Amino acid sequence: MANQTPQSTKVADFDRPLLLTPGQDWGNYLINILGQALLFLITSLSVVAVLLIFFFIIRKALPFFLKHGVMEFFTSTAWYPEGSPAEFGAGTLMAGSLYVTVGALLFAVPGGILAAVFLSDILPFKARQIVKPIIEILAAIPSVAYGFFAIIVVAPWLQKHLGLVTGTNIFNASLILAVMAVPTIISVAEDALTAAGRELREASLALGATRAETIIKVMLPAAHSGIIAAIILGMMRAIGETMVVWMAAGNASQIPTPWWNIFASVRTMTATIAGDMAESPEGSDHRLALFAVGLTLLAFTFLLNLASEHFLGRSRGGGKGRKK
Amino acid sequence: MNIDPEINPEETDMTQTQIPQLAKNNSSVRLAQMQMFSADSYATLVAAEPAIITSHNFSLFYGDKAGVKDVTMDIYPRSVTAIIGPSGCGKSTFLRSINRMNDLIPHTRAEGGLMVNGINVYDKQINLVNLRQQVGMVFQKPNPFPKSIYDNIAYGPRLQSVKRRSDLDNMVEQCLRSAALWDEVKDDLKKSALALSGGQQQRLCIARALATKPKVLLMDEPCSALDPVATGRIEELMTQLKDTYTIVIVTHNMQQAARVSERTAFFCLGELIEYDLTRTIFTNPSIKQTEDYVTGRFG
Repeated sequence: MANQTPQSTKVADFDRPLLLTPGQDWGNYLINILGQALLFLITSLSVVAVLLIFFFIIRKALPFFLKHGVMEFFTSTAWYPEGSPAEFGAGTLMAGSLYVTVGALLFAVPGGILAAVFLSDILPFKARQIVKPIIEILAAIPSVAYGFFAIIVVAPWLQKHLGLVTGTNIFNASLILAVMAVPTIISVAEDALTAAGRELREASLALGATRAETIIKVMLPAAHSGIIAAIILGMMRAIGETMVVWMAAGNASQIPTPWWNIFASVRTMTATIAGDMAESPEGSDHRLALFAVGLTLLAFTFLLNLASEHFLGRSRGGGKGRKK
Repeated sequence: MNIDPEINPEETDMTQTQIPQLAKNNSSVRLAQMQMFSADSYATLVAAEPAIITSHNFSLFYGDKAGVKDVTMDIYPRSVTAIIGPSGCGKSTFLRSINRMNDLIPHTRAEGGLMVNGINVYDKQINLVNLRQQVGMVFQKPNPFPKSIYDNIAYGPRLQSVKRRSDLDNMVEQCLRSAALWDEVKDDLKKSALALSGGQQQRLCIARALATKPKVLLMDEPCSALDPVATGRIEELMTQLKDTYTIVIVTHNMQQAARVSERTAFFCLGELIEYDLTRTIFTNPSIKQTEDYVTGRFG
């Protein structure tokens, strides 16, 4: 029996034929190839778009760096693009971006992580279904609306209650940026905590841990990769944001003195590009300098993006490892 | 954190040496009773010891639906009690009621009495931390923490404020030995627990549960994610552990229940159908439904 080759006897009547007709097999092949080609093309378009953006920014920024050198741009704090002689020290702009970004993170990270813990571990499932979308709406509000709020509400309040000369400053911009970055942080950190799983939570509670001990000693360490990624994503949101910092940070290209003066006005890289673009003639050194600023900004966010991918990959990889 | 007097570092050694003695005493008691009663009275013998877990008309509701209905049964110390039954029959619900793990599910409500060592676990005054430390649990899917092997075992003792390195070292070694894992992992205690195989992970979870010095060990289908070899090792381990601990195991595997347990409870649709010596349940059950289930005609 075992040695016999299977016989090709017709045993039952199959209503629909099991073999493709010659026309059908070619048709299927063609549809398959065309479908794949279409999907490939659409996917490549976005990759090509990113590469083109890099290409054009570098094409404009390179002549600037060749003419004025790299040292002045990165180390000098004198930004007088229209002066004679013109000076292109982007130090104040980079410092401005740094100040508002770090300030925003100081507000957003503790708040975001605590809210994520609350959502994932404490709030009942039904309430979470309502609260999470509401938080995510915060991310959908146009940034100009935030900027408007910063100027109309926050700035006068700061001026009146803290006796400041100007209400548009680092503190104001950081506060608003934090509100904008918080939904991203909450959303990604909450996903990481939920993905860490009910199993771990039960394991910890069954060993006699309280809810607080479970969160601090098990859940947060288990989700740390995802939480770091959440922080980096929030940071990218803050560093790349333009409208709010343009409206709320005061636009004074200076380094605050003393350095911890969070009520000083600063000017960020993004606000400089947006603000100066209309004032700089095409082809002028000023215009090229703005592209150099743009390239610096792009390099920052690109590195942050790589870092967040790294940590998100690790948190997903960790999840897989545990399931195995 | 509450400090359970039993895990006081000074007393640790004492309790550890007491355990074998207790077991010995117990077997001599058994021997004496064996002589008192006639040959085939193992049932009477075990029942002569007071029950450690007593369920009296216990029901647990999810919202309006009863997960467990009117269960009355006694579970005896230093033996293995198996709970069998078809899926969704309330076995796990009952098991998870004993250490109040069902609290994690919203809208659960308990009725009747479920006593552990004479205390109703659904009492408002219950100390959940102490209850769960002394009624340990092993879950269906191995769930080690994403930490080192050492830190997994030391998690429970550290919660009880055991800080001295030497105490922790001793405890880790002892628990891993009890769980028959020491020889396999003693050289890489710093390695991540996630690098272990499924069977090793489950033994690690058992060792982790032993580290809080429980009196009762609840096992919720502990072998369902394991291959037959790993299952065999866990079953072997259970027969060793039952000299010291009271083990309650929920299982889908009837052969497993027959192999490891002294007593077996058969649940169906949230109700306890029959509860007797394992031998009786599998050879001469008094209820038709039980017989149909254990012989494979139903379920």
